Order: sequence, then C-alpha cells, then structure tokens
Amino acid sequence: MTRACQAIGSEKREMNSNIEPLRHVKAGLWNENPGLVQLLGLCPLLAVTTTFVNGLGLGLATVFVLTCSNALVSATRRFIYSEIRIPMYVLIIASLVTCIELIFEAWFPGLDRSLGIFIALIVTNCAIVARAEIFASRNRLLPSIVDGLAMGAGFALLLCALGAFRELVGQGSIFARMDMLLGGEPMRGLALADRGFLLAILPPGAFFSLALAVAAKNAIDRRRKRMLGLLAARQLG
Amino acid sequence: MNQDARKERSPSVWSSGIVLAVVAAICTALVTITHRMTAPRIAENQKAYLEQSLRPALAGVFYDNDLSESTLILPPPHGLPGNEPAIIYRLFSEERPVAAVFVVSARGGYSGPIKLLIAVEYSGKLAGVQVLEHNETPGLGDLIEPSRSNWLQQFEDASLEDPSRDRWAIRRDGGAFDQLTGASITPRAVVMAVKETLLYYESNRDSIFESREQENQ
Repeated sequence: MTRACQAIGSEKREMNSNIEPLRHVKAGLWNENPGLVQLLGLCPLLAVTTTFVNGLGLGLATVFVLTCSNALVSATRRFIYSEIRIPMYVLIIASLVTCIELIFEAWFPGLDRSLGIFIALIVTNCAIVARAEIFASRNRLLPSIVDGLAMGAGFALLLCALGAFRELVGQGSIFARMDMLLGGEPMRGLALADRGFLLAILPPGAFFSLALAVAAKNAIDRRRKRMLGLLAARQLG
Repeated sequence: MNQDARKERSPSVWSSGIVLAVVAAICTALVTITHRMTAPRIAENQKAYLEQSLRPALAGVFYDNDLSESTLILPPPHGLPGNEPAIIYRLFSEERPVAAVFVVSARGGYSGPIKLLIAVEYSGKLAGVQVLEHNETPGLGDLIEPSRSNWLQQFEDASLEDPSRDRWAIRRDGGAFDQLTGASITPRAVVMAVKETLLYYESNRDSIFESREQENQ
C-alpha cells in the first residue's frame, strides 16, 4: 500500500519535473523572494544598498556563494548526517565566502574597499544557510543549482533596485562608480540633480525603501489575485 | 525507503568526525588554492593603491626609493593621533630624506576614526593631506573627500609657521581653516589630527629618518 503510494508520488514528481525549474525560478524571483517575502539577509541588504553598484556587487557575490553552496550541499547530501549538518554548512559557506572575498580583492579592489566588511558578512546571510537546509539537502544537484541561482538572483535584483532607488533619491545620480565593477576610468554615472534627499542614503532610508518595495510587491500580488478572481467569476457566470 | 534508512541509522561519533574532517580538509584546500592564485594580484593592488593614494598628496615631491621597503609601523602609544598603529612611509631621493608620509586616524569625527594620509616635506611644510577611510555622514561630513569638494587643498603648503600655531583650527574656533557648510565636527577632527602630526614630526624628525640607516647597517 505504502509502496504503491510512493510509486504514484514519484510518478507525479517526474511528470512535474518539466515545469519544476520554472517554478523554482518564479519562487526565487517573486513568490518566495528571500528579501521581499522571507525577509532574510536584511543586514547586508539594508547596509550596502546606498548605491546601485554596491548593490550589484554584493548581489553578484551572493548569487555565487548561494549557487555554489547549494551545489556542494546537494552533491554531498548523502554523506551529511543530520547531526553534523550545521557545522558542514558553516564550513562550506565560510570557505566559499573566503574565496569570493579573495577574488574581489584581487580583481575588483575598488568594489572590495567600497563593500568592506559586508563581503565577509555574506557568511551570516541566513538566506544561504536556509536554502542549504530547506532545499539543497533534500533535492538533487540540478534543481539545487537552479534554486540557488533563482534565489540569489531574486536577492540581487532587490539589492540593485534598492541601490538604484536610494542612489537616485539620495544623491540625484545613478550608476555612479560603475568602474569599480567594469574597470577603466572613474565614472560619475548619470547625474540628474546636484543634491538629493539625504535621508535616502542614511540607515532610516534603507528601511523606508525596503518597506516601499515590500508594499509594492504586496499591492501587485493583491491586484493580480483580484483580477484572477474577476476572470474566474466571469467564466462561471 | 533508502533515505529513511539513512536517517534512522545513527552515525557513530567516529564516522561523523571523519566526514567532518574530510570536508574541512577539502574546504581548506579550496581556500588555499584561491589564496595562492590571488595573492600576487592582491599584493600588486595594495601597492598600486598605496602609490595611487599617495600621489595626490605628494604633488611635486620627487623620490626614488621603494615605499613598501621604507615603512615604519609604530604601535600605540606613539604620540600621533589615533589608537591604532601609525604608519610612516619615508621618502628619499639619492639617500637624502625628502618627505615623510603619515597614515594616522583622527579622533573626534562624527562617526568613528577618520583615516588620514598626511605628507610632510622634510622642511616641515605640508605637501598634502588625503582621506583614506571614514564613516562620516554622507552629504555632510563626506564633503572632505577630494572627489566631492576641494576642502583638503587648503592644507597644501601649510606648516606650523603658516598659519601660526594658535591659528591651527577651523574658523568657528577662531582659526585659519575653512569648515564645511553644515558640518564642523569632521573638519575640526581633521585639522586637529594634522596639527598633532606636524607637532610630532617637528620633535621627532631626525629619529624618523635615522632608523633607515639603522636598518641598512
């Protein structure tokens, strides 16, 4: 009986496997966005998003760490006894973060100075250990990588959006200092105004911006739900 | 089924320990390899960054020695501003001292220490001052950054004689140095740190440059 149920279950899982990756991507980018919905990793999120380039830099670093840690945890999940899984996650994530910190120091020294301690603090981003525990330790390699990429991209996009918003409002410019990531001469970016609304760059501005972003997401979700409800009602009628 | 069996089997302390040790070894290897690959580039970057940050403070000063080889690191208490170790780069031209560059941290800023680079010519005249690191309020205190204003330029060619010692303060305190609109705490901290450094240089000039000869012996 139970075996039959399991067989049905596995069949179902296989049938769904075509749309699974898409679902993971949607979950990471929108439905379960680590920053907007799960509200994980707020410390780096709020601290570094003073400019677009900082947000993008930390976002890329987080995508890298999240994808690699998901891949490693998933690949070694057969050897990870549940008793020692937390130290294992810590080991894997800490070494990945050390590597990315060295890589930033070597190839993006400007960005490394600008982000400072927050690259090392990726290790404390609970979004990463959460994905290892919730997803990668229970799924196969490929879905885990997709999940890491999607969740990381969701987090990075939010970082970029907040960075762009705060830079625009706070300094009146956007894309300033992109040379830290791309190399070449110092860039001033697009300056739209001489002075901005200072509060946006200060820590309270970070909370306000995040609150606006969460509110916007909820408003969009609610409106979509209402539209779907209307459609369904019309079809029934 | 298989998975359940694995979960139920409680691993012995030994096998857990071995698994952890193996993973730790692999992770350490990963970090070591990355470190080996990046170390030369990082050292190069730091050297380039040092010279690049010294350059604006050293306009018109000619030197021919390797900066990273003439570095003095003074542990606190050293008499210079700040509680962190102070760094002095000594510049020579044909073995004759030309200038000393101090890296000190100014206290009394709005938010944490302000790391300053202060270049003093042998005569005691300032060649220039640069801000290396700070956490001052964006839009107010960070106007001391050369990319945002030319506030730091007023230190060029200043010395303890010009302006005179008692006028080494910001205008609001009756001194000779401009403050910034809306921010006087940051400029006050910088001016005081520069003054303290100049006073230190005045009384320790010979011993600063002497230690090179000791190294060579």
